[in-house]
Amino acid sequence: MKLNDIVNKLPLKVNSYSDGLQKDVSGGYSSDLLSDVLANSREGNVWITLQTNLNIVAVASVKNLAGIIIVSSKKPPEETLKKAEEEKITIMTTSMPAFETAGRIYQLLQGKNV
Amino acid sequence: MAISQSIEGSFQLIGGNFDNAGEASIKLKQELARLGLNEEIIRRVAIVTFEAEINVIIYAAAGWLHYAITLEQIKIKVEDMGPGIENIELAMQEGYSTAPDWVRELGWGAGMGLPNMKKNSDEFKIDSVVGEGTTVEMVINIK
Repeated sequence: MKLNDIVNKLPLKVNSYSDGLQKDVSGGYSSDLLSDVLANSREGNVWITLQTNLNIVAVASVKNLAGIIIVSSKKPPEETLKKAEEEKITIMTTSMPAFETAGRIYQLLQGKNV
Repeated sequence: MAISQSIEGSFQLIGGNFDNAGEASIKLKQELARLGLNEEIIRRVAIVTFEAEINVIIYAAAGWLHYAITLEQIKIKVEDMGPGIENIELAMQEGYSTAPDWVRELGWGAGMGLPNMKKNSDEFKIDSVVGEGTTVEMVINIK
């Protein structure tokens, strides 16, 4: 499944690097601890988080994540989005909380309609 | 593999500079990818160097990240001019951290850094002198 398929089916807004929507999604990882994401996310994962600071871009870049979904209507600052463009990281935002976002993406990846 | 003998380099790290956190790790990762190293090796190097960078940024005034790549292994040495660690055994425990609240709000300081570094290296050595600084040396075997 491509990132684009997820964006089309869920209420997500794309905030940076829309070219990245063509990336394949291998799964997801949900965490607000950056060391946890560094250690345990896998390449191609979509990362679900409340964090909006600049460091999320470097973590996603170094782990080759498919993209970042910032939940609960949190707004990433301009500097984060600018860095995301530079590092070619797709950042999406949603009003859904982390639980619902993860649940619905999990179901999509299992091939179910949500 | 395009590695003859040894490739070495260093990155300077500036304490408190969260904006550039991960930059050294991203550059080293690109270099390893260019050399054609396997993804699992690159993944482990990226984890240990990123955590090391963050520690220097959180705790120290400045530091250096040195690397040396040979056919057999990748050696990483991170030395800082920081406060040093009083109790290394405690610092190595998962979940133990002396990071201030504002660092935790950024999503760091969960007490996972040093354990992550140890877990992802084949050899791990840490030396620290209170009031002088900390040196972490890590080896990741390629074969």
